[in-house]
Amino acid sequence: MALLEVKHMTHYFGGLRAVHDYNLAIEAGQIRGLIGPNGAGKSTIFNLITGVYTPTEGEITLNGVNLIGREQHEIASMGIGRTFQNLRLWRHMTVLEHINMANYSHITYGLIGAFFGTPARYKQEAEIEEKSHRLLKLVGADKFADQKVTNLPYGILRRIEMARALAVEPKILFLDEPTAGMNPEELKEMMSIIRHVHAELGLAIFLIEHRMKFVMELCERIQTLVFGEVIAEGTPEEIQNNPLVIEAYLGKDLDT
Amino acid sequence: MAVKTNTSTTGAKTGRLAKAWQPFTRVSMLSWLVGAFAAVILEQLVGRPLAYMLGLGKIPVLFGFVMMLKTPLLIPSAIVYVLLIYIFPIAIIARLTTSVGNKLSAWLLRYPMAVSALIHLILLYGTLQIWGSINDYRNLVLRLTFIAILVTLSLNIINGYMGEFSCSTPGFLALGAYGASVISVSMFANDNLFGPAIFPDSWGVFVFPLALLLGGIIAAIGSLVVAIPSFRTRGDYLAIISLAFTFIVKSFIENLEVVGGPRGLSSQPDWANFTVVFIWVTLGVWIMNNFVRSTMGKALNAVRDNEVAADAMTVNTRRTKMVAFMFSAFWAGIGGGLFAHVLRYVNPATFGLQKLAEVLAMVYFGGLNSVYGSIVGAVGFNLLSEALRPLEIYKWIIIPVLLILVMIFRPTGLIAFKEFDVHAIIAPKE
Repeated sequence: MALLEVKHMTHYFGGLRAVHDYNLAIEAGQIRGLIGPNGAGKSTIFNLITGVYTPTEGEITLNGVNLIGREQHEIASMGIGRTFQNLRLWRHMTVLEHINMANYSHITYGLIGAFFGTPARYKQEAEIEEKSHRLLKLVGADKFADQKVTNLPYGILRRIEMARALAVEPKILFLDEPTAGMNPEELKEMMSIIRHVHAELGLAIFLIEHRMKFVMELCERIQTLVFGEVIAEGTPEEIQNNPLVIEAYLGKDLDT
Repeated sequence: MAVKTNTSTTGAKTGRLAKAWQPFTRVSMLSWLVGAFAAVILEQLVGRPLAYMLGLGKIPVLFGFVMMLKTPLLIPSAIVYVLLIYIFPIAIIARLTTSVGNKLSAWLLRYPMAVSALIHLILLYGTLQIWGSINDYRNLVLRLTFIAILVTLSLNIINGYMGEFSCSTPGFLALGAYGASVISVSMFANDNLFGPAIFPDSWGVFVFPLALLLGGIIAAIGSLVVAIPSFRTRGDYLAIISLAFTFIVKSFIENLEVVGGPRGLSSQPDWANFTVVFIWVTLGVWIMNNFVRSTMGKALNAVRDNEVAADAMTVNTRRTKMVAFMFSAFWAGIGGGLFAHVLRYVNPATFGLQKLAEVLAMVYFGGLNSVYGSIVGAVGFNLLSEALRPLEIYKWIIIPVLLILVMIFRPTGLIAFKEFDVHAIIAPKE
């Protein structure tokens, strides 16, 4: 059984069919890609799986457990960590606080601990902080731990968002355009960080990306989405040579 | 600290100020408190004769502001009084005890932090108790200011830490005030509404905390009326819902003849003396500060700054909002109960728009997302509004203008987004 399985998922925004009959099966430890032109519905698929929207039809299971109808935070704590296309950070919080916050579902000291500052709370907060530092080191951003996010460069913020998603302790990591707006230097770093995280934590990764080079190098299998429908699925080579994909990106040759 | 940053922004004047401040940068909180304690003892001993000698007639109640505004001729005398009784003794003692104070602070911190914190609190309590014992008016201002700190901080939880604009504080205050008053008046006072007292007044020590808790719990339950809509509504719309809540509570009590309707409830037993107020407010500030500094409490900030991200990072946003509202309302309710027993009279008209404006002003004047801010806001606003009392109607021009200026130059308030770190406050300054 696959780790994450999506079967026949369809979603309408009013009369607009955003996603049609989408299927996905990700095995543990796989890196999968989702590509497609702007407005194809890639982010919508992320939002449907992570519970931001509830699909009109279809089923989604993680390790055989149904995800539909669950709340976002519940789905996240079941093991789906994600980043966002446009950074969604908490502007008044420090980097370390960001990573700590993603441990919310692991907190056991409860309200009593929060109100009265029990020893159990300080013990657990210390454990969480230690873990957060470890994750920040993993993405190479530990030296920014005590800074407010508003003071940091864009490339670092992307890494922080990833470390935050990892603090959820995900079985599968969703990356929504992890290299958007990055320069070639930062792009290279991001690629090695993703590889490093994948090797270190052994989790599955599902990513949306526009940079073909990036996707082709990283992913084992790739899906191409156009107008909410998967038109091609396969290994990077198969996708590169698929005439439908080429048509979707570059248009049809006039002669044919 | 603040003075230090000022020097970098140039100006000979600020430079001189920094120079004058220089000897005091290493003074620990302990030394300051000892200095303040000595000053109030001094006032107790020689305040009256000194005031008489200076031609002030009586001890200036609030650092002479009221006197200065009433009779400008007394300005020099009042300044001399403040210098001789407060500023010089505090400065001299704080300076002289700098090294001893630092050593003592360091030594105290070898024990659990609570020990040192308690000693500081006892010193603060002693100082204020003696300061407030000079006359009833000063004592009343002191108690109301402390209650204002509690109420301001409770609203800051919602408006500052969680970033919703809530206008429901007067409603929570009313629920708390009436909740606590009904218990105390019906059982411990000879009142023409509830009849003669059933139990002796000496039970107050045990019953008053319970009455306050009941008031707080009623307010917390009432807050669900605002908390549940907040799951789906934000911003202006929630502000309107919360404002509606205030009006509902007010009209509800106005029409509830059992508790006196619009005439209000009076003859509350005299239970809320300074000691009681001090203990409750300290407890409230301590618990609220604990909460907002935990990861669980920081979830409020996450919900404020980006709710979608908070949800995706496993934060249960609904629970967070509900806890925040109930928690905030609970402390506002406690504040309301104390308020009713300090004034020993409540009526529904007290908890209207005027009260709301006052609390909001304190929150935004002091600073959002900050315990320091709430303390500074509540103390500043209360002292200012008492000190400017002789100006009568002009007071309500000066205070709003001040508020506007604060909003222009520091849009989030005087001391916003600053953590209240008890350890840093009581630690030696070296």
